[in-house]
Amino acid sequence: MDIPALSSAVALAFVAIFLAWPAPIVLSRAAWPARAPARALILWQIIALAGGFSMIGALWLIFDAVFPGHPWLSGVPAAALAIYLLAHLVITVSRFERQRRRHLQLLLLLSEPDPTRKRTVVLDDSAPVAYCLPRGVGSVTVLSKGLFDALDEDELAAVIAHERAHVEQRHEVLLVSFKAWRSALPWFPIAARAEGEVEVLVEMLADDHARRTQPDAVLARAILQVGRVQAESGAAGRSRQMDRFRRLAG
Amino acid sequence: MGSLGDLERGVMDVLWDADHPLTAYDIKDAIEASRGRELAATTVLTVLSRLEKKGLVDPDKSVRPHRYAAIGSRAEHQAELMHEVLVDSGDRSAVLARFVGGVSDEDAAFLRSLLG
Repeated sequence: MDIPALSSAVALAFVAIFLAWPAPIVLSRAAWPARAPARALILWQIIALAGGFSMIGALWLIFDAVFPGHPWLSGVPAAALAIYLLAHLVITVSRFERQRRRHLQLLLLLSEPDPTRKRTVVLDDSAPVAYCLPRGVGSVTVLSKGLFDALDEDELAAVIAHERAHVEQRHEVLLVSFKAWRSALPWFPIAARAEGEVEVLVEMLADDHARRTQPDAVLARAILQVGRVQAESGAAGRSRQMDRFRRLAG
Repeated sequence: MGSLGDLERGVMDVLWDADHPLTAYDIKDAIEASRGRELAATTVLTVLSRLEKKGLVDPDKSVRPHRYAAIGSRAEHQAELMHEVLVDSGDRSAVLARFVGGVSDEDAAFLRSLLG
């Protein structure tokens, strides 16, 4: 047993534990992310990446300290964890891409291309819906006839700008990554919280894109027209969801 | 457009509007009538075979000429699509990005207060 090496291994393990537990909790309870969602998203990514690397590194250092003189063997558990995490990422990415393609297939049969907007289709449905299928080059924005009926020109512009942000900023990369993180580490309740946070922060970024050309009141009206008002769901990340709307007070 | 995807939609529209299985020629005639442009029968057959592989068309090859029917009505498929969009599911946010989903009474009241 190599005591100096063990102490650095334990130190790295503490870093991993800090990044896996108290750091995400503090970030998810903070108020400032609503004012700076882009910065908060960068911080979440740093926590997730640094957390993963420190877990892998700590595993390697611990085994190396406990079994000195077997450098390759002691690397096996760490490599196994790295492969496991990577495999979950790959599996999750392909799972969601498959679902997107299936949805797109049906969508193209049930909608008409928008004559004036690129990569946009119009769904013949009276419910006001606006969403996009973010897939990089193959992204499609979907608007319904009901949406055109319910919104005026400015509100429509705000909604389209919001969706465009999702596509252009490739938010699905972040969302799928955090989903993969959560499915790989199901015993980490924090991973579910991180995913919920990232979901809402991404909506804030898209709202900010719309706010560049439309006043907040227009966005608020569009949300009221398209959103389905319902009794409080009490879901996790709820206060951050509230932040998404409260921050529109300017 | 005339692209393959556009034709798939055209063929499904014809089948969904029909109340009985149609032959490829029936479908070809219907599309030509609505688009005012000629279509090759082989093109229609290609599209039908693609739709069959996607599980959207059911061919009856026991009769000649073969007859085709849609699997599931337009309304059923549309409901399935809308369900994926509107119903909150764990996976939904990674598949598609909505403008907004549910809004609580509280949040709606707050937003209304912003509008003065």
